[in-house]
Amino acid sequence: MSDKPISQDTSRAPTSQKRATPIQAGAKDAIGGSVSVTIDGEKTKVPLGTTILEACREMGVHIPTLCHHSDLCIAGVCRVCVVEVEGMRTLQAACAFPITAPITVRTHTAQVRRSRRHIIDLMLKYHYGECYACGRNNNCELQALAKEYGVDFFRFGHPDKPMHDVDRSSHSVVRDMNKCVLCRRCVRTCIDLQEVGVLEAIERGEETTISTYLDKPLGDVVCINCGQCINRCPTGALRANDPTDEVWAAIEDPTKHVVIQTAPSPRAGIGECFGLEPGTPMTYEMNTALRRCGFDKIFDTNFTADLTIIEEGTELLIRLYKALVEKDTEVALPQYTSCSPGWVKYLEHFNPEMIPNLSTAKSPQQMFGAVIKTYYAKMHNIDPKDIVTVALMPCSAKKFECNRPEMCDSGFKDVDYGLTTRELGKMISEAGIDLPAMPKSDFDDPFGTATGSGVIFGATGGVMEAALRTVIELVVGCKVEDLFEHADILPVRGFEGVRYVELPITEVGPVPEIVSHLVPNWDWLKGATLKVAVAHGTANAKKVLDDIKAGGKFSECHFIEFMGCPGGCIGGGGQPIPTSPEIRAARAAAIYAEDADCEVRKSHENPAVLKIYNDFLMEGPCGHLSHKLLHTGYTARGKYIS
Amino acid sequence: MTLMTQQERLRGELESLVAQYGTARNALMPILQEVQRKYYRIDDYAIQVIADLLDIHPVEVHSVVSFYSFLDFKPKGRFVVRLCQTLCCEMADKDRVARQLSNDLGIEFGQTTPDGKFTLEYANCIGMCDQGPALLVNDKVHTRVTPEMVNQIIESCRQVFGLHATQPMEH
Repeated sequence: MSDKPISQDTSRAPTSQKRATPIQAGAKDAIGGSVSVTIDGEKTKVPLGTTILEACREMGVHIPTLCHHSDLCIAGVCRVCVVEVEGMRTLQAACAFPITAPITVRTHTAQVRRSRRHIIDLMLKYHYGECYACGRNNNCELQALAKEYGVDFFRFGHPDKPMHDVDRSSHSVVRDMNKCVLCRRCVRTCIDLQEVGVLEAIERGEETTISTYLDKPLGDVVCINCGQCINRCPTGALRANDPTDEVWAAIEDPTKHVVIQTAPSPRAGIGECFGLEPGTPMTYEMNTALRRCGFDKIFDTNFTADLTIIEEGTELLIRLYKALVEKDTEVALPQYTSCSPGWVKYLEHFNPEMIPNLSTAKSPQQMFGAVIKTYYAKMHNIDPKDIVTVALMPCSAKKFECNRPEMCDSGFKDVDYGLTTRELGKMISEAGIDLPAMPKSDFDDPFGTATGSGVIFGATGGVMEAALRTVIELVVGCKVEDLFEHADILPVRGFEGVRYVELPITEVGPVPEIVSHLVPNWDWLKGATLKVAVAHGTANAKKVLDDIKAGGKFSECHFIEFMGCPGGCIGGGGQPIPTSPEIRAARAAAIYAEDADCEVRKSHENPAVLKIYNDFLMEGPCGHLSHKLLHTGYTARGKYIS
Repeated sequence: MTLMTQQERLRGELESLVAQYGTARNALMPILQEVQRKYYRIDDYAIQVIADLLDIHPVEVHSVVSFYSFLDFKPKGRFVVRLCQTLCCEMADKDRVARQLSNDLGIEFGQTTPDGKFTLEYANCIGMCDQGPALLVNDKVHTRVTPEMVNQIIESCRQVFGLHATQPMEH
């Protein structure tokens, strides 16, 4: 067993592109610990190795940036942040200049202003498209820069016709290279942050383009549809595949019963589309807005999140029982979560041999689709062919997931359309609704009751926390509150890339009724230690998988939560732009606050969940009908591109 | 005896190259150069195998191959003739040499002969400014090239084919 710590550094960038961190000579005021810098005549001291950009921000001096992003490694390619450094022949990029000796910087001399303006003019020379006809109108960093530098004519010209075809081959991501300014944020996102490696700069000089491998359509390469590139694109070159026209058409069709399920993360993010601070919860205002838009029923995806916990938790107990009691060596452990469609496709591409480890439980979105078109349709006597299910998700990969050919277990396409938070924001504005001013209203029955466990699915560690709350109570028989204050399982929370937790099971309780058909007693778990781990962002997932393949400590885990996006769903590719570690932390705080306010906080106590097992899925979790409707299979895709 | 496909052979060769140069990022260039030298191109399959062996992404290798003029994705001829197009060679009347090359090989610049033997292209300065016009045939430099010499240079290349038509080229 290797004890090599998993590095928190997700960037594989060459050392030259990583930020310089000289060995600190003690405190800031120690000799050699800090260095003095004069910015626009004002003198200050900063820690050795601070970049000019950081020093300026510290002092409140604004430097324009474009290729710089707080989640990504330094690139220094756009040159918009150039400043004058005394004694240097040329202007320097502030984002890529670590201060290691006392320097004098001037940030807005005539030369600096002219250079920045010319750089923006040059970008506009190759940027095709009118701002009115762009999804990023008013939320575009290039547009903002043009305004900031007073661009009032195209000094070097402006293309009057498109130079590239728009790639619409993917269900999730649309690539319009006409709008690309070659900042390479998507490249660094795809390669460093996500370790997927779909996009790179091809050719050089003025022939450079951002391209997929061999310029294949995005739908034919190893793209996992996470949409992180969309969140970081400064312009409209990358965007999600927008189904709002189809959704409006369904709403306006009187023969259709349009049902929307809303995931936990969009409610923590949608406020940002209406100018609110990140982390302002909009759950109940959004319900009213959705009703006014014309949706017939508004359900909470948390219901199926709870169902996922029961199904996936039961599956884990069955696997453990087979491995520990029946000594079945074929059982694949650790079990991986399957809620995140980006992560699922990542595994299908890069580690297809590990597909048996993936839980067969569908994601909450797909479970809900199947339940609505069977259970709900029967209950309300509606023909499932007239039901249109829309899923509001923080995610672009969910659009791909609902279009998977196998996701038709209800006899119809289980989920018809996946909407992102941004797209719903657009629909609400189109309907002339001011979201923050909406009165509050609740979700519709029969799936209205949500638990805190479902809500926290949105943040990294949430699925694990929800699963542990249930597993502890089912197995140990005591209350989670007795072990963890307020049932907050803090060790699995946080934003470290990979977390590992051990929980010794010292005593066991009686087998509760819901799983009594599967195991006779819990004695075989007594004295065992439950080992779980959490990873978010596929770069971190890769580290855990590499460790498992090498037989490291993660190979001894029982259950691992993987999320495709950094921060989990709250940082998903369908969430409002921009994103940063601070914004993601604020959204996560909103989700944990909603959890704390919930009356029922454990999945197995959700009355609607107990009812569905009583009335519909009568064989219990992992029974025949739940296997048909709530479980799925996966496709080994491999990474070879032909 | 089992049949070995060309892809399996290539994979074996790439594995031994990786064993020789290692799997660090900076091993990529020498590996690509060896493949280019042997196969006159770096094809789709080779890129994906190299990426897999070095634990990087195929698109990164594609990016490197597309960046360098001396690495090629599309097949090149056995002899790549690169005529310098920079200022000094231009003034030393490189155009006459260019016309002769084009005429003798029967192709335009940027093209490869249909038999796959010659590729003709322009190069930027090759550092022979005092001895122009200069051209490169694979790794060999020819200086103060005249149209008459073009014929000899091409002929000497053709001779190689005549003598060792079935054997790999030496450079």
